[in-house]
Amino acid sequence: MTAAKLHTRFFAFLSALALLFSFCPPPAYAASKLNVMTATTDLAALAQEIGGDKVDVESIARGYQDPHFVEAKPSFLLKLRRADLLIVVGLELEIGWLPPLITQSTNPKIQVGAPGYFDASRFAKILEIPTGAVTRAEGDVHPQGNPHYWLDPENGLRIAKGIADKFSEMRPGDAPYFAERYANFELRLKQADQQWLAQMKPYAGRKIVTYHRSWPNFAEHFGLNVVGYVEPRPGIPPSPQHTVELMGQMKRDGVKVIVVEPYFDLKTPNAIARDTGGQVVVLMPSVGGEKEITDYFKLFDYDIAKLKQALDTAK
Amino acid sequence: MKRIVLSSILALLYSLSVRGQETATSPVPPGEARIQSLEEQVRTLAEQVALLRAELQTMRQTQAPAAPAPNQVLLAAAHVEPGMAAAAPANAVTPTAPSAPAPESAAPAPAQVAQTQTFGGATSNAKLLNPDISLIGDFIGTAGHNSVSPSPSLEMHETEVGLQAIIDPYARADAFLSFGESGVNVEEAYVTFTSLPAGLLLKVGKMRAEFGKVNTIHNHALQYIDRPLVTNNLVGGEDGIDDAGLSLTRFIPAPKGWFAEGTAQVFRGDSDDLFTATRRQDLSVVGHLRAYRDLNESTNLDLGVSYARGHNNAGEFVADSSAFLTNLYAADATLRWKPLRRAIYNSFLFRTEFFWSARDQLSPSDVFETQHAFGMYAHAEYRLNRRWTFGGRFDRSGHANNGNLTDTGFSGILTYWPSEFSQIRGQYRYGHLLDPATLRYDNANEFLFQFLFVMGAHGAHPF
Repeated sequence: MTAAKLHTRFFAFLSALALLFSFCPPPAYAASKLNVMTATTDLAALAQEIGGDKVDVESIARGYQDPHFVEAKPSFLLKLRRADLLIVVGLELEIGWLPPLITQSTNPKIQVGAPGYFDASRFAKILEIPTGAVTRAEGDVHPQGNPHYWLDPENGLRIAKGIADKFSEMRPGDAPYFAERYANFELRLKQADQQWLAQMKPYAGRKIVTYHRSWPNFAEHFGLNVVGYVEPRPGIPPSPQHTVELMGQMKRDGVKVIVVEPYFDLKTPNAIARDTGGQVVVLMPSVGGEKEITDYFKLFDYDIAKLKQALDTAK
Repeated sequence: MKRIVLSSILALLYSLSVRGQETATSPVPPGEARIQSLEEQVRTLAEQVALLRAELQTMRQTQAPAAPAPNQVLLAAAHVEPGMAAAAPANAVTPTAPSAPAPESAAPAPAQVAQTQTFGGATSNAKLLNPDISLIGDFIGTAGHNSVSPSPSLEMHETEVGLQAIIDPYARADAFLSFGESGVNVEEAYVTFTSLPAGLLLKVGKMRAEFGKVNTIHNHALQYIDRPLVTNNLVGGEDGIDDAGLSLTRFIPAPKGWFAEGTAQVFRGDSDDLFTATRRQDLSVVGHLRAYRDLNESTNLDLGVSYARGHNNAGEFVADSSAFLTNLYAADATLRWKPLRRAIYNSFLFRTEFFWSARDQLSPSDVFETQHAFGMYAHAEYRLNRRWTFGGRFDRSGHANNGNLTDTGFSGILTYWPSEFSQIRGQYRYGHLLDPATLRYDNANEFLFQFLFVMGAHGAHPF
């Protein structure tokens, strides 16, 4: 084969690809509805509260999924490339899967730092920000603080306010609509929170153990005291030695309730409960963890009902 | 007897140590020295108490507005000021972690956020613009018999340094430098333009070609210790097609439920012994089409076809060296299963790739010929629990310059993860391999083990 022939072939190959690409439809122009993607279901629920029928919201992760270990499936790219806004939890919660998705989405609007990239952690009160030296001897630490901050209704409200402002900035014409929906959400959430606090008041100061460090904001808001973890270090599976120590600690301190996230194995928590005469309770860290948890309010309704039940039986 | 010797040695040591202490403290009377040191301690303690008091005071002041008063639900001060959202784009330059908030912009956050963010002062703030740096060490040991392609008993196979950052609002860059036993190699270094029109993704630099699946995966991210036989025989060895060039990727419209993507790449045409460019126009090209579908939320199917062509080195000693080409065709299929509720405990992966090579060369009787060779591998693995995975791989491949001579092999692989950041792996490998020097077959029976460790920035999980 001559070089000239090779070149014609090469350009034929390129032009074939160009032709292939040219068949693709042009990128969708700003539709009337804002297209919002969120990393987790909780952020989707908050965005839905504010956006109402002016937005389409979808979450990448499911509510019953460990948000650290979502898979970067190409099917998410199809949704991300059409998004006007991407709302993320931040604090490196999604570091294992979201960065490649953002890059491959080829959507300039949602690249890190673009107006359509919204980091909810910037609006929330963050706990457990490590000070001093941070090493992985402490496990999979999050150097910028605990990313499970949405489990505090006050943070939910702060994030909702941030989302409302963002929506208004992107759709100035609908700003009054979003402001009204936010005001309505604020009112309902404050009322609900009063009830939740009242329900949890009898248990103020009760000591609990959790599997992962998912609950500091929840515990702080509702006056619970997390004294230990089933994981010896964040992201490290339970070890026999740590489990024995934990059981000793629970017996000493009279801790009877072990809170477990739905995506962790119940074997060790159950063994601990048997030994200490305690109770294992599976709480949902996210909206959609169970079918009936369809919004941000039902998430707390569900968790508080379950927790009350466990705290009552494990006296 | 022994006891006597031991006790005398102990006595000797003791007397020596006592004398040592005496000589050390002799210049100052012992009582006074103690008082002096105690005085010193009291003074430093007093200073520390004063410091702590001051710190406590400031902490109390900053925390006061956040402490929820009894029965008071949500503080008015908790609301985010409207100006905050407008400030969001200010975190544009956050190269340390794409999903991380920019501390500079977080600092002026209104008093609603009652935490004092600690970032270690001005010096470490300057470091925030450094790229994400990671290092992956890959240590491999081999035992057993292999006369065809022997590897060292113990080797620090690769130490890969990764530098990754967002360059500007339009691009990000990734560089992976691998330090091996024989020197340093830029495994990949490319810039990715993420904000191009028409949904195009452009990569420029040196990169692993989008040719099949295994060719795109770095050594430390493989599900086995070695690369499949077919990679070595047909696709240019361990590094595979890894060359300087340009890559263009775009979504392709697909039926509902399918994701499709096309990639076209142009390279200089130098990849190990697979492609050799003797002239500027001896470029190599790679094309890849990928189709992906979620069968349900835990199962998905990933299919691909690839094509590569370039000049080979068969014409080194012939006048018209450019006449010798290698055409490569490949097809890959991956089936993944990972139940979302148990994603960290159980998963299954099956992957197979087929390769066809058509290589122009001179036959032993110096006649121009095109040698056709076929190779494949199939691999399956199952994650038993959070720490253990086992798998197996079957290999079969002809040689690029003689398709009739076929190597066969199989492997059993067991992997253990102490944490997300280290990995210990063992692999038993059998091979029925052709020795190219003697053209004789030999059986290889080997046991390989590998230690991997990751430090620095948390990389993306492989998918």
